[in-house]
Amino acid sequence: MREPAAWQAEVAAALRAEDGAAAPAGLDAEDRARFRVYRNNVAVGLTGALAAAYPVTRRLVGEAFFTATAKAFVAAHPPRSRSLALYGAAFPSFLAAFPPARGVAYLGDVARLERAVLEALHAADAAPLAPDVLAGLGERAAAAGFTPHPAARLVASPHPIGSLWEGHRGGEGPVRVEARPEAVLVTRPGERVLVHTLSPAAGRFVASLLDGATAATAAEAAFAVDPDFDPLTGWRPLLAGGALVAVNLGDPQ
Amino acid sequence: MAETLPPRAGVGFKLEHARPILDDQPDVGWFEVHPENYMVAGGPRLATLDAIRARYPLSLHGVGLSLGSVEPPDPDHLAALKALVERYDPASVSEHVAWVAHGGLYFGDLLPVTIDDASLAVLCANIARTQDALGRRILVENPSHYLRPAGGERAELDFLAAMARRTGCGLLVDLDNVTISAANVGYDAAAYVDGLPGELVGEVHLAGHVEDPGDGELLIDTHSRPVPPDVWQLFRRLVARTGPLPTLVEWDNDVPEWPVLEAEMHKAAICLEAHAPSPQRRRSA
Repeated sequence: MREPAAWQAEVAAALRAEDGAAAPAGLDAEDRARFRVYRNNVAVGLTGALAAAYPVTRRLVGEAFFTATAKAFVAAHPPRSRSLALYGAAFPSFLAAFPPARGVAYLGDVARLERAVLEALHAADAAPLAPDVLAGLGERAAAAGFTPHPAARLVASPHPIGSLWEGHRGGEGPVRVEARPEAVLVTRPGERVLVHTLSPAAGRFVASLLDGATAATAAEAAFAVDPDFDPLTGWRPLLAGGALVAVNLGDPQ
Repeated sequence: MAETLPPRAGVGFKLEHARPILDDQPDVGWFEVHPENYMVAGGPRLATLDAIRARYPLSLHGVGLSLGSVEPPDPDHLAALKALVERYDPASVSEHVAWVAHGGLYFGDLLPVTIDDASLAVLCANIARTQDALGRRILVENPSHYLRPAGGERAELDFLAAMARRTGCGLLVDLDNVTISAANVGYDAAAYVDGLPGELVGEVHLAGHVEDPGDGELLIDTHSRPVPPDVWQLFRRLVARTGPLPTLVEWDNDVPEWPVLEAEMHKAAICLEAHAPSPQRRRSA
């Protein structure tokens, strides 16, 4: 009889071993050969969870490359949570630094966008601010700060990640996109995730506001990116997308 | 809601079937989900399960508690499970004779427990912890084997009966697992089914498996196919003795369109009907 602690430690070590033929001690030849069923189930289960979380990235790199990358990621970052719904937070940075993927500069950022979409999907529910909230604030708007919706995420990139994501989310083949920097606001005001592609300046404005800056400070940051920035190009997706849940007017000075 | 499932045919709920089910509200005895897929803060998954639960009894069938593990259940996971139990008031909560994590790392697969006294003690302690934390009885599912356990089907039946007796848990009998263990490690499937303590069986699982591509002798528990004839035969054998039991059709991979799954459920329902007690007894039940 094998002590459960020793047995489980050996099985765990064999499952994590790089050697594909590793098996716990004390098994006969046939059981050693059959142990690969567990090894395969573990690999398929965990790489499958990543594939479900990163469908666009998978389409961009192809099935074989994705699976190889996912296997390397699983070995380096095995899950701790028993729910795999949000497994793979570190996958975008892993992918960006993964030597075989380094030639494709935008991959890590597309994966970051996909992660934002997944997090938005599963984020807490909250009622967004009414789109006409600004009109009601009048002159107080400039000094106002805002509480972001739990689902709201902003991903900025020197690459056209919004266009790439949009172009590859369906099953269709490769899509040509214009090389340009894009920022993407991800929101989920109700049950559906919304994705808004923004200019870099609008992205900076939105990022600053989601970070807690006042509207005036956020606008300043955006003007530094582009002197012709139109604040409406930032406000529109924020409010239409339900990215904000509360206005914080602070103490009058 | 009573803490038992109706003795009818149910289906493993898949999110891709939400539309046909919520639109048409088919007559399904109950639905089952893996609670791990719903351990999220908000969003459409929870909203969809809310809608399912508003119309059907629900079973939470966990894969993450690692009841067979020498480490006690992860407190965060147990808390998340308890939160779902409170939210959904399920008719049943179940888990597996298996372990899934070691050293805090999760493997995402049901790993093998040795069928012996030492494992039984570990398993019973974790079942007791879980039942205490949830404040309710759970059902625990028999394993499928790829490695040959020390004893045959008799040793496993004694193991399961002792587990239920010591902890007060019920048994979830997966007949596909029995079929797989028969093929892979030589269990006598009919003797297994005949030896089950019928009064402890709270739920039955029916599913399909595949032959291992490298070793056709080996069956793999994939839940990716229709329920095969062997499994139906064991099911008829079991319910002929016990009468109708809550019975789930599970299909987790290569999931077909809803009507295919619904048809499998109807096959199970017909079999349950055939072994139902006389109408008079059913009324008084």
